[in-house]
Amino acid sequence: MITTSGLTKVYQSRGREVTALDGVDLHVREGEVYGVIGQSGAGKSSLIRCVNLLERPTTGTVHVDGVDLTALAGRGRRAGKELREARSRIGMVFQHFNLLSSRTVQANVELPLEILGVSGRERSRKALELLDLVGLADKAKAYPTQLSGGQKQRVGIARALAGDPKVLLSDEATSALDPETTRSILKLLRDLNEQLGLTVLLITHEMDVVKTVCDSAALMKKGRIVESGTVAELLATPGSELAGELFPVTGAASGPDRTVVDVTFHGEAAAQPVISQLSRTYNIDISILGAAMDTVAGRLIGRMRIELPGRYEDNVVPVGFLREQGLQVDVVDEADGIDNELAELTELAKDGAK
Amino acid sequence: MTWSEMQPLLTQGTYDTLYMVLWSTLVTVLGGLPIGILLVLTDKGGLLQNQPLNKVLGVIVNIGRSLPFIILLIFLIPVTTAVVGTFIGPTAMIVPLAIGAIPFFARLVETAVREVDHGLIEAVESMGGGIPTLVGKVLLPQALPSLVAGVTTTVITLVGYSAMAGAVGGEGLGSKAITYGFQRFETGFMVATVVVLIVLVTVVQLIGDGVVRLLARRGRTA
Repeated sequence: MITTSGLTKVYQSRGREVTALDGVDLHVREGEVYGVIGQSGAGKSSLIRCVNLLERPTTGTVHVDGVDLTALAGRGRRAGKELREARSRIGMVFQHFNLLSSRTVQANVELPLEILGVSGRERSRKALELLDLVGLADKAKAYPTQLSGGQKQRVGIARALAGDPKVLLSDEATSALDPETTRSILKLLRDLNEQLGLTVLLITHEMDVVKTVCDSAALMKKGRIVESGTVAELLATPGSELAGELFPVTGAASGPDRTVVDVTFHGEAAAQPVISQLSRTYNIDISILGAAMDTVAGRLIGRMRIELPGRYEDNVVPVGFLREQGLQVDVVDEADGIDNELAELTELAKDGAK
Repeated sequence: MTWSEMQPLLTQGTYDTLYMVLWSTLVTVLGGLPIGILLVLTDKGGLLQNQPLNKVLGVIVNIGRSLPFIILLIFLIPVTTAVVGTFIGPTAMIVPLAIGAIPFFARLVETAVREVDHGLIEAVESMGGGIPTLVGKVLLPQALPSLVAGVTTTVITLVGYSAMAGAVGGEGLGSKAITYGFQRFETGFMVATVVVLIVLVTVVQLIGDGVVRLLARRGRTA
């Protein structure tokens, strides 16, 4: 639905060149919620602004819903008619809401419809319908200053949906909101994604946002996408930084002669009680040291760090069992194992001395 | 000079002053508003970025603002004569008054429009809005309280200019004060015209502030 290829953006600042985007290839599938995460200055803001050409990329192309937007861009700062038409089918919500304080809530939602040339009665009907959709039907006649942050963002979302967009761009939409309001706004985005089949591209610096709503995610650093994929794909990638952040597990072995393994649930394995099956089948005691799991559509996604009795050599069969279940199993920190052996040797030496 | 002698002079003077000020305000707003908006739009990073045009406009506005009004008044006599047919009388004064106030008001418009949150401009761009939408539905409505305050200041400045215009063939309170108060040493009359001017300016300021407050109460500011 959204494809950027070889996107670069170079700013000229007092004769110096600053590269904000350095060859970004992004692919957002239709109907998914895609999160781009990165620290400030990583270029994510430039990226989302290049998608609807609020910023003109230096090189590269942007396709949204099959239309090459970069081909529609004129030479100057001013957008031509075709680009403006294309933009009206891409909704955008902003961190600071960007509502007109001179207009009522309803008139704010009507603004994009005025631009589209919709008649007065139809505008009013559509605006009230959208306000109802975002749960603000009773605030139609209020002014933005009379609303809370969360309510303002709901108006922003209603306004972004006025042109019946297929794509919604969300520029740090929850970054100015408290955690509870953030959750309610994310839930709204998720609901809209499911009800309207809306494709959502959001940028954020909060891992929680990605965790809560995203089907896919990309990690940006210094103007490049360093990791990307669906949450399951990221989990399956050994050493994935995003997966580690999304599903952090910690915990060290409780003593020598223990095997610590990370079990990754990609969502392919049905939500079976594998751990208790493992325990009963091999008659071993299993300790769970840490876990970060989510159930998405009846499938388990996440990571679990478990401890098995005995050394790794003793646990080849149980580990094989887990792999047979379609789970990814990684042995944690072989260096720890060596340390344990060293510890054993010292103990042996001590025993010998006695 | 008795009050009954002063009264018709003051009434006529006030009427002429209001006539000159109101008409020249109208012309000033019509002329200054587009120039002020253009100054913002053609500036670097603006939607109509055009540095040469921006520079030329800026220079013209600065020249207009740096000339003392009394000099401009004399300087513009040929222009006034060409437009109105004479350079004497309240109608003729509208020309130099407006030309003197347009650069002043244009700068006030520029400042007011520049204060509109850049995010709003981005929002309307993201909706596919063009320049007319941006100006008519975002920049002007959002800047309205500041623009009204700017008009208030301009009207008051024009009251002052119009008094000066009295020296070069204009009519109004200024002309009356010079003719009767100064040249005939009627101190009482001089004081009376000053009082009328003070009342006039105070009323304009109060009305302006009232309108700004009314707009703010509708949730426009912040």
